[in-house]
Amino acid sequence: MTNNPNLDDLENQRAQGGLGAGTVSETSAIDESHGRGEGVGEAQEVQGLSQGTIVFRRFVRHSGALFGMVTITAIALLSLITMGIGPIHGLWWEQDPQNPHTPENGSAPTLHMPKWLGGEGFAIGKFPFGQDTIGRDNFANVMLGIQTSLTVMIVLSIVVLLIGTTVGALSGYYRGRIDNVLMRLTDLVITLPVIVLGAVLGRLITVLPTKWGWSDSTKGLLDRWMPVELAIALGLILWTGLARLVRSEFLSLREREFVDSARVAGASDFRIITKHILPNTMGVIIVNVSLLMAASVVLETALSFLGFGISYPAVSLGQLISQNQTAFDTRPWLFWWPGLFIVLIALSVNFIGDGLRDAFDPRTKKVPSKRQMDRQSNRTLKSQASQKGASK
Amino acid sequence: MNDDMVHAGEPAEDVASSAPRHASTTEGPESESDTSFEREDRARSEHDLGTAAAKRTSRGSKGPEPVQRGEVILDVNDLSVNFWVNGDWFAAAKGLSYQLKAGEVLAIVGESGSGKTQSSMSLLGLLPRNGRASGSAKLRGTELIDISAEKLRHIRGREIAVIFQEPMTALNPLYTVGFQIAETLRAHFVMSPAHAKERALELMRLVEIPEPERRYNNFPHQLSGGQRQRIMIAQALSCEPKLLIADEPTTALDVTVQAEILKLMRDLRERVDAGIILITHDMGVVADMADTIIVMKDGVVVEHGTSQQIFGDPQHPYTRQLLASVPHLGSINEEAIEQVDASQLSSRTLVKVGENAIPLTDGPADVTPALLMEDVAIEYPKQGRNPAFRAAHHINLRVDPGEVVGLVGESGSGKTTIGRAAVALLPAVEGKLSVAGRDITHATQKELLPFRREVGIVFQDPGSSLNPRLPVGESIGEPLLLHEKLRGQALSKRVEALLDSVQLPRAMRNRYPHELSGGQRQRIGIARSLALQPKLLIADEPTSALDVSVQATVLKLFQDLQAEYGFACLFISHDLAVVEMLSKRIAVMRHGHLVEVGPTNEIVRRPQHEYTQRLLAAVPVPDPDEQRKRRELRDQIMADQVS
Repeated sequence: MTNNPNLDDLENQRAQGGLGAGTVSETSAIDESHGRGEGVGEAQEVQGLSQGTIVFRRFVRHSGALFGMVTITAIALLSLITMGIGPIHGLWWEQDPQNPHTPENGSAPTLHMPKWLGGEGFAIGKFPFGQDTIGRDNFANVMLGIQTSLTVMIVLSIVVLLIGTTVGALSGYYRGRIDNVLMRLTDLVITLPVIVLGAVLGRLITVLPTKWGWSDSTKGLLDRWMPVELAIALGLILWTGLARLVRSEFLSLREREFVDSARVAGASDFRIITKHILPNTMGVIIVNVSLLMAASVVLETALSFLGFGISYPAVSLGQLISQNQTAFDTRPWLFWWPGLFIVLIALSVNFIGDGLRDAFDPRTKKVPSKRQMDRQSNRTLKSQASQKGASK
Repeated sequence: MNDDMVHAGEPAEDVASSAPRHASTTEGPESESDTSFEREDRARSEHDLGTAAAKRTSRGSKGPEPVQRGEVILDVNDLSVNFWVNGDWFAAAKGLSYQLKAGEVLAIVGESGSGKTQSSMSLLGLLPRNGRASGSAKLRGTELIDISAEKLRHIRGREIAVIFQEPMTALNPLYTVGFQIAETLRAHFVMSPAHAKERALELMRLVEIPEPERRYNNFPHQLSGGQRQRIMIAQALSCEPKLLIADEPTTALDVTVQAEILKLMRDLRERVDAGIILITHDMGVVADMADTIIVMKDGVVVEHGTSQQIFGDPQHPYTRQLLASVPHLGSINEEAIEQVDASQLSSRTLVKVGENAIPLTDGPADVTPALLMEDVAIEYPKQGRNPAFRAAHHINLRVDPGEVVGLVGESGSGKTTIGRAAVALLPAVEGKLSVAGRDITHATQKELLPFRREVGIVFQDPGSSLNPRLPVGESIGEPLLLHEKLRGQALSKRVEALLDSVQLPRAMRNRYPHELSGGQRQRIGIARSLALQPKLLIADEPTSALDVSVQATVLKLFQDLQAEYGFACLFISHDLAVVEMLSKRIAVMRHGHLVEVGPTNEIVRRPQHEYTQRLLAAVPVPDPDEQRKRRELRDQIMADQVS
């Protein structure tokens, strides 16, 4: 544009200075337009950050999510350190929770609160969570139960992630016939009642091997891996919600222009799905799965409580409660400790899911209250005034 | 005085009694009806705002003559708008001071992010929660800044009304348009439904909606974009506001519709004595409407003056730059083009006559056209129960190598469809479509792979056309990775070269799209489309989402690159001025048909088809004097075509 000396100047400056890394801020000045409108907060906030950093920042701002993160890590560590994992032994003196012992302290917990909490001095003792009716260590049981809950949670979320994402991605991307078939299948699975199905499957897994005459060692193996089997079974039912969400995300993302431009560049369908669309649905997937994890902890407990989920020799929190429900009057600690950990785990995971949802959702903006803003602006004014005073 | 009290007490009856008189205003401005407008206004404002005493004295001095053109309605003094960002205040607008008189149009011009919208919205208390206004803004003596929410509610809609940019989203899709106008009326006045309807119909007549009785019961989606904007205007005018804020009222509309709306607004300012604040980035619209102009940049007023001053003798360098960046229709040197034309005797304007499609432009026989469409029809495939939709019919179009052809049309005319078909994103169901001699009409995905090397496309919205999760370097490198199997060092060398060629710093390759401004993103888009040095480039409105000054730099870059790489280009745009600047030939499209194809100069200067004429006449030009002439011409053309 020859009629435009100003712009030419700017263009020249850009061309000359535009090749080095250090000149970015100057050269981008001419077509820089940071919104001063409604999105002003975000534009300023996210300047120069990658997507991941933005999400992380928003996540750590969410105090509930941080609490959840810390709690669940602490619980998992406690359980791993004390009871070990699989064949690796932990540090706790009793590694087999099925061993009966002579009652100590009348089977009541030997854990005592420190004095400032109104106790009689902090002490752990031999049986911090008490003993059950035949003298088994409740602490070892609860810690193993926590491991079961966490295992169920993780395995279930992996199963759901694999099935839900695949089904959702395929039906959302290809639409038409594939979509129809997959979505009707999803509808069918949604109609299955989870608890009933879990109960039936749980029953079958104990009945069928006997019926088919499997060897005892195989059955023992099956029993040992009960939590994983249960998690897979539940995952096979619970993927539907994620599949629907991913599908709807795909439906809208596939119409975006960056998908078209990838197609024009010659990208295959597989590449478009995995490289271009899927990373953009991560937010939805992560949030949905984390909320599902919280639900799965409670679901596993419910099934075990009903006697359909995890059974001997595997230990689960729900199973502990169910076994000891008759002893509620005489030995309430057998009831309270597993209950406390169920609540803590479910709550923490829920908080984390909540925090993730807020972090991934660009619409949630943190706006301070009027009072905070007033206070801050006063402070700014004061500091400006004091600076002026100092310079004089 | 007595008279006033009666009005104040019974506004409903007053409106009803004046209704028949208003009805006559559709034929033309009438002093008598103006009088009644003004009297009602005054009575209501006195009654409601509790400033009756002040008004009475002012009224006494002016006598019974009600029309107060030139009276200062809005007095803004040192108005600032701040946003709370990350624990600090960020100034969106600083120290605005201006006065607005009744019947005057004040245009606030600036690029996106200059604070023009937020400063005006602060008058209505419509800032987001983290925003805050300070300073003073007085609407006929009433302070608007830090006013209580209750008082503000009385002022909104009644004293100050707003026309928003996007009429589809500003109207509630669940209610009929008539109901929405009547609702505004009934929210502010004691009025029976029948009266409200009568008044609403009258307002619809005022904004020249055809068949208002029928339209009254229509839902927003049943109306066209222009009609919806008229409804918005009617709604805004329903309480006869003192101040009308029009926030980009025509940006979402096509040029011909924009011309009609601007005409309506200009007529209205003669009839309604409201002060109008026009917020826009379009210098053409400003030239068409404004009396005084405020130019804003980065939240600061850089220039404030009358329309003549700003356009005739701009003082601030930014204003000059802004005016220089606006592409000016018909400004291309005529002689230069005549010479080119003389060497190309074969190119003549082809016009669609009746039902016959435009034949193919002849070209030199020894050259393989970069893009050749022969009697092509393009359909959007059927989806579920929606049948296939044919968006383009009988298209004959030829783009020779190294040639830039502009494709112009309004929204929904099918121009984007043609662009997408040319890169095989949409199938051509009839005819023959070939690119650089390769017939792609019935090609399968596999066969298309080599074809993909030869075309590139630049999309309209740079925000949407880059994958938000990929660093831009990877986006640019993707075609190279897929076609030339380049990896690692070789790939990054090519990506850096491409970034150099679009004049972006190399370090930007590691950034994500959201960190870049619109102009930078569009440069990235161009770099990607040129990665494989295509023979044909489709540019689908590449600059329509950008600010004018950014648009100017991107267009210049585009011209340079075209000269350097020599690709053929189909440049799709709704902006005739931009197309005129870039292209050698122009194709005009309407309702899925090409209506006129010919050399740029011929089309711009001697349009043959009536639609092309209308389109050209509707484009506002950033020059008030020339725009006045064009306007008269335009009105004449419109009148001719109606009769």
